[in-house]
Amino acid sequence: MSNFVHGEPFVINIGPQHPSTHGVFRIKATVDGEQITEAEMVMGYLHRSMEKLAEERTYTQNIPFTDRTDYLSSMANNLGYCLAVEKLAGIDVPERGDAIRVIMAELQRLASHCMAVGAFANDTGAWQTPVMWSFREREKILDLFEMTCGARLTCNYMRIGGVAFDLPEGFVEKTREIMASFPAFLDEMEGLLSGNEIFITRSRNVGTLPPESAISSSLSGPMLRASGVAWDLRRADPYCGYEKYDFDIPIGYNGDCYDRFIVRLEEMRQSVNIVNQALDSLPGGPHSTEVPLSLRPPAGEAYARVEGSRGELGYYLVSDGGPAPFRFHIRPPSFINLSALREMTVGGSVADAIVVLGSIDVVVGEIDR
Amino acid sequence: MEERDSLATDNWWDLRDLSNIAGEILDLAERIGGNELAFIVSPIIGFVAAFLIFILPTQLFLGVYGERKIIGRMQSRYGPNRVGPFGLLQPIADAVKLLTKESYTPRGADILVMYTAPIVFVAPAVMLMAVIPFGPNMVIADIPVAVLYFLAMASFPVIASFMAGWGSNNKYSLFGAMRIVAMTLSYEVPLVLVLLGTVVITGTMSLQDMVWWQSDNNIWLVFIAPVALVIFFIAVSAELNRTPVDIAEAESEIVAGYLTEYSGMKWGLFYGMDIAYALASACFAATIFFGGWSLFGLEQWVPPWILFIVKVYAFYFLFIWTRGTLPRLRIDQLMKFAWQFMLPLAALNLLLLAVQRLIVVEAEIETSAIWWLFGGINLIIAAAAIYGWAKVLGYRRDEVPERPRLVKEVGGYVPYDSSKGAR
Repeated sequence: MSNFVHGEPFVINIGPQHPSTHGVFRIKATVDGEQITEAEMVMGYLHRSMEKLAEERTYTQNIPFTDRTDYLSSMANNLGYCLAVEKLAGIDVPERGDAIRVIMAELQRLASHCMAVGAFANDTGAWQTPVMWSFREREKILDLFEMTCGARLTCNYMRIGGVAFDLPEGFVEKTREIMASFPAFLDEMEGLLSGNEIFITRSRNVGTLPPESAISSSLSGPMLRASGVAWDLRRADPYCGYEKYDFDIPIGYNGDCYDRFIVRLEEMRQSVNIVNQALDSLPGGPHSTEVPLSLRPPAGEAYARVEGSRGELGYYLVSDGGPAPFRFHIRPPSFINLSALREMTVGGSVADAIVVLGSIDVVVGEIDR
Repeated sequence: MEERDSLATDNWWDLRDLSNIAGEILDLAERIGGNELAFIVSPIIGFVAAFLIFILPTQLFLGVYGERKIIGRMQSRYGPNRVGPFGLLQPIADAVKLLTKESYTPRGADILVMYTAPIVFVAPAVMLMAVIPFGPNMVIADIPVAVLYFLAMASFPVIASFMAGWGSNNKYSLFGAMRIVAMTLSYEVPLVLVLLGTVVITGTMSLQDMVWWQSDNNIWLVFIAPVALVIFFIAVSAELNRTPVDIAEAESEIVAGYLTEYSGMKWGLFYGMDIAYALASACFAATIFFGGWSLFGLEQWVPPWILFIVKVYAFYFLFIWTRGTLPRLRIDQLMKFAWQFMLPLAALNLLLLAVQRLIVVEAEIETSAIWWLFGGINLIIAAAAIYGWAKVLGYRRDEVPERPRLVKEVGGYVPYDSSKGAR
């Protein structure tokens, strides 16, 4: 990109009102022609003070808050929080509860990656077609959520000690049906984009992040895996019985936007695989353990982490023995992943910055909390 | 010029050529009001006919309704289906909505430039239609330099777009304006070169004569110079800002490019005329490359204007299809493609066609079968040139596979050995 003609630099605001900032996020970019010479990230437009508010509510009352951080993967957020409370209070979850949690977390990953892949294709300029196809599949999964807990987006389904309700009648059959048809959608998506010359030109070698940078920026999830680092919390630090399931970890080649795209597509295949395995080995018994209504965990601290759709989703809780957490902190994956944005955009063009932002797959609700 | 079966008859009801009925009306006008009335009536007939037969149905129902419906189907949704039967009145509802919207002017905008831009944009789009032959006698103005006229008129919107971008006092608009100027300057060159090739072959710039040439030789120019059509299509897409090269109004990057600050009917004019330009380009492609209203003698039985409109629709579908499927290129990649790839290819195409024309003229070859031979040669040379030139430019298709690697164990960086391939 060094062959641009140089002119007088000026500042252009990409966001907070811009079609492809995925929320209200702002890049204050200094551009020289088409080239970005300096980029400043401005966030906080969606700040709702969740971490402070959570200190005023009981442990169970906080679960709906976690829905609203990363609103595209509420199940994973529920799960991370519940795991942290269970760790703090020493509560065991029955086997069926764990299996249901795994199913829900993987379905949520599918729904979230659908959105990520579609929106990314939209950012590269594929006019709405991939995103509509993704949404078509995502709707089916949201239907499953609606069937289970009545909500589509902010599920509020996990509970401390298990899940709120048992799986409804017909859920297993319907899920199997959807999982059987899902790989066809992934093939369709690959046929449309993976081999597409324009798509490859736009995303390959754009926003390249070498593994050293990815690790030192503390990235996680598909971003880290696309850089060629084999790291997945489901394998590295299994929770909810993930060690029982057989799945592969997709890793990329050189950490560019294209790698992130294909890693996400492959992760969806693996998630379908995990859901099928979990459905096959779904144990009977109770779905939840009895937990006292006013839960008062012993004083102490706990950090629980899950592999969310965007990376390591961590919940850090400090208890002083009272009914509400003394400190409630979220480690949101998109916030941490976003820290690499500057490194990836400066020196590239405005068009590249949009593609890179799309490939990070940010959810601003999670960044600002 | 040799005697041609022009389908002109004395029967006004002969719908194969609508000039029959037009001539009848003109005769009537002459009997009533003399030459003067006929002189006034004739352009009105032409305009009304073009408007009723072509522009209205095509513009509204293919351009707006059809495009939305077809793209809707591609995106597995319904498209407009609420207003009127099958949503057919959607374009009218759109227009009413646009007309009632506030026409917003941003603070600091150059009002004169900003308000003139849509007008400058509209006029050439309508004028482009004037030279298009719908049938043997159905052309409003059969000017002898129609190809030149097309190029001149088709470059006009750039000025309007630049005015829009400059007058809006918006940085996104300015980006879009700069991009469209750069793009058009690049893409005009290969476009002119391929059109020059067709002019060299047929020996005329008149569109009507081009159609007659293709009809006489029983061959379409697309068979003689297939690569010319591809270049024409890409270059016209770039000039018209259609995906995959809608860089000047790239929605995901610069909001709406030069249209960012436009609203209401000012925006509506831009939008509607974008379709009109695309249609005019489809008309030119159908005329120049697909034999216009002729179809190897079938035009004697099927009305030629129907054949022509079918061809235009088919070509316009390509625009819709690419819009529904392809991502967008980056501006520097697009420029590189134009100058490094399309320009040499267009020049080679022109050279080949000129040599072949010279052979035909010098050797006084009468048979038109020679053109099929030349077409085959051109196709082979073009394929070889594309392949070879891509190699020269260092293009490699399969550097990195399209599927990620799969590992079972976590922990640390896994170096990629490209010699082993994927999986």
